[in-house]
Amino acid sequence: MTAPAHAPAPAPATSGQLATFRLDGDLYGIEVEHVQEVLRSQQLTRVPLAPTAVAGLINLRGQVVTAIELRERLGRPPRPEGTDPVVIVVRLHGEAVSMLVDSIADVVDVDAADFEAPPDTLEGQARDLIRGAYKLHGQLLLALDVQKAVSA
Amino acid sequence: MDGLDDIVEEFLVESHENLDQLDSDLVALEQDPNSRERLSSIFRTIHTIKGTSGFLAFNRLEEVTHVGENMLSRLRDGELALTPMRTSVLLRMVDTVRALLTAIEASGGEGGVEVADVVAAITAAMEDAPAPAAIPAPRAEAPAKAPAKAAAKAPAKAAVKTTAAKAPAKATTAKAPAKKTTARKPATRRAATTPAASATGPQDDAVADVLADELPEGANAVMPEPTVEKPAAPAPAADQADAETPSGGGDGQTRRGVADSTIRVDVDLLDELMLLVGELVLTRNQIVQNVARQTDTDLIRASQRLNLIASELQEGVMKTRMQPIDHIWSKLPRVVRDLGIQCGKSVRLEMEGKDTELDKTLLEAVKDPLTHLVRNSVDHGIEAPEARKKAGKPTEGVLTLRARHESGQVVVEVADDGAGIDPVKLGEKAVQRGLVTPDALTRMSPTDILQLIFLPGFSTAAAVTNVSGRGVGMDVVKTNIEQIGGTIEVESDAGVGTVCRLRIPLTLAIVPALTVECAGDRYAIPQISLQELVSLDAEKAANAVEEVGGAQVYRLRGELLPLVRLTDVLGLTSERHDGHVVIAVLRSEGRRFGLVVDRVINTEEIVVKAVGGQMKAIGLYSGATVLGDGTVALILDVQALARRALRAETNERQESQKAAAHAAAASETERQRMLLAAIGGGRRVAIPLDTVTRLEQVRTDAVEKVGNREVVQYRGAILPIVRLDRHLGAYGETDREVLEVIVYADHGRSVAIVVEEILDIVDGEAAVRSDIDDLGLLGSAVLGDKVTELLDVRAAILAADPAFYSSPAPTTPDGVPASLLEV
Repeated sequence: MTAPAHAPAPAPATSGQLATFRLDGDLYGIEVEHVQEVLRSQQLTRVPLAPTAVAGLINLRGQVVTAIELRERLGRPPRPEGTDPVVIVVRLHGEAVSMLVDSIADVVDVDAADFEAPPDTLEGQARDLIRGAYKLHGQLLLALDVQKAVSA
Repeated sequence: MDGLDDIVEEFLVESHENLDQLDSDLVALEQDPNSRERLSSIFRTIHTIKGTSGFLAFNRLEEVTHVGENMLSRLRDGELALTPMRTSVLLRMVDTVRALLTAIEASGGEGGVEVADVVAAITAAMEDAPAPAAIPAPRAEAPAKAPAKAAAKAPAKAAVKTTAAKAPAKATTAKAPAKKTTARKPATRRAATTPAASATGPQDDAVADVLADELPEGANAVMPEPTVEKPAAPAPAADQADAETPSGGGDGQTRRGVADSTIRVDVDLLDELMLLVGELVLTRNQIVQNVARQTDTDLIRASQRLNLIASELQEGVMKTRMQPIDHIWSKLPRVVRDLGIQCGKSVRLEMEGKDTELDKTLLEAVKDPLTHLVRNSVDHGIEAPEARKKAGKPTEGVLTLRARHESGQVVVEVADDGAGIDPVKLGEKAVQRGLVTPDALTRMSPTDILQLIFLPGFSTAAAVTNVSGRGVGMDVVKTNIEQIGGTIEVESDAGVGTVCRLRIPLTLAIVPALTVECAGDRYAIPQISLQELVSLDAEKAANAVEEVGGAQVYRLRGELLPLVRLTDVLGLTSERHDGHVVIAVLRSEGRRFGLVVDRVINTEEIVVKAVGGQMKAIGLYSGATVLGDGTVALILDVQALARRALRAETNERQESQKAAAHAAAASETERQRMLLAAIGGGRRVAIPLDTVTRLEQVRTDAVEKVGNREVVQYRGAILPIVRLDRHLGAYGETDREVLEVIVYADHGRSVAIVVEEILDIVDGEAAVRSDIDDLGLLGSAVLGDKVTELLDVRAAILAADPAFYSSPAPTTPDGVPASLLEV
């Protein structure tokens, strides 16, 4: 990392496919190659004393995988009662980690030309985690830095 | 073969493998005579066999391989070219080596295999002389040698030897029944081999005759005179020879040879198998749990079979990885000997339980810590001979290694009969180094103090010696042992010796564990730390769980067991409201504590799964596992838990003690925790708990006299005693063997107050007091429906040690007990 964190970074605008999901009304995307699988809500085993973003552990066919609550990670309000999260399992450096989101959406082809760095008004935790936005028809697709997002 | 040494056996297995390689190498070499690489590999193999055979005193084997090696080295260096003849000779050498190995395997010695003419053939081939010319000469010698040896050895061998001696391919003869005849041998030799092979092969009595008939004939055909006389002598013993000599083929069918009965397997493959078996065990658990709810008897039966088979499979796979601990012990006698000489001490090493097996990975992991402990014992534990003599011990120190299986764990002890560790010195050192506060030290029992040697930055050696004290201390040993899920503790009797005890799990992958519930979640506690479970119903719990200065304790068979609530540690709220208390008694680092959980679920074999870095950073969980019903449970790291909880408890306790002191000073009607004790004559005395540091038991015969005061030696210090019955004018039994003692410590000084019996701990209500003021009492109150005297602790302490409060001036106002007592 040569550029300081808060400089208007020469955004890593990449074309390609993003797996998208919804979280608190917004549309987010992560590189499709990171995604291992998407699961319905799973039984979570909470981990006392863990960072708040750690929602718990899930049993992924015998493998124990940490689940990160992305709402907490992005500083959003907790998911309303009675709605079940969707689990996106991502594989990073050979290790599986999962993220809890509201719902899963399509896989979208994005063009680097539509990319723009996050607005200066974006603050807090979210700023570190959102690489920028792709301007799609009618809405913005926020590109999530999956690496940072799961390293709670 | 029972008599075979492990070393010989290993040598055989290795050599047989190497020889198979040699055969193919040599043939390949014939196709490609210039391959340096192959030549070097052959050379190395022969060299290895030569070296080992010399070491094991197999002289003939050494002789053959020695000339072979000579030739190979010249071939390798390009001094000789590899001709088909030389290859043949080399192959013959390989056959001879094989025959020798077979003989060694069968009888433990080189038997009757002759080597002289192979040696001669190789020498001849090196000199480039035509082989046939060279052979007759040594052959003439060989028979002469053979009888001489035959006489020395068993008659059985003589028969084989003579048989062998008659043919040029004698090596093949011995080997023929067991191994295939190589097609590369010249036709003439094969002809000679065949009768010999048939003679030794069959087991019937006819063999003797066949031998007798064949031998003179065969010998006549090839051999000069001396051999002809021989057959007569060995012949009578020939049938016996067949029964006894496996190389003769008699045994070959019934028992596999060393080389055939073992194979080498990649450890990775075993690891993978182990993992799979772990998964299988988990799945089995799930199925068995589910089936238990079914009514289909066939299914139930099938699941029971599955249960059994999975367990056996698990055991079997685990066994493949098991090795006797002797593998790592075998290096220690040398270490001890060398070190003993270096330190000028004479040390005898004794080993018990060499055959105790444990997982190979664990064995590797234990090796270094164990060596370190042994070095430590020799260097620091065992005293110099003069010191030993003075102490009335034999000059030779004894270091004992013990290994045994104990409730699913392997216990390894390193015990010496040396000077032992002095807890007082140790404690001083720990304070010096700032590892504990003097205050904390006074609260620790001698066993606790001993465990301080495992703290980082601790070394008791007065001088850094060449041997130990190089910065690799006991803390590293401890870390290493804990990494593999083991525990270590030390016990020592000053002057008598020290024992370091390692507890190591049998295997890493599958851990027997206790599953408990706490605040609705399940957690797994490895059985290795678990000592026992205590369940108290609400009524009992109310009385049995007591407090010492704010910290909860349970009196477990007379000893105070500090209690740690798992809910408190984890920051959760217990879901158990019925007042029941379930205590898992755990041991960590030689200390016991009780973990209070909501309920105990089950004991289960769990497979440890790694957890992500975030989880590890919390430092309370050693991993996670998937339980029988598919839920994930965290595995509690008992060591970390103990460290965190016990330290926190101590701090809390100190805080609460201070708080209590302030509170007591502030308000007279404040409730106070009182320790009730009987002092004899039916009298009961209440002592404020805050002034109690510890409850101990002291043997009456340990009480000594200084002037007219009674004292006991306690942790290397002199502890003055006051007998409360005498102090208060009551008369209790005097002929008790064990005295119940309340120890009060402050500012580095301690006194012991002897009572007849510790009764209870109660909440004292300051209000109900009369002021009947007797000597040594503050008054009396009704506690637990009985009139109880309130002890003037200050007076009692002064009775025991008049200088108690005077010498180091009480600096902290809330540390002065007097302010507590003037209620």
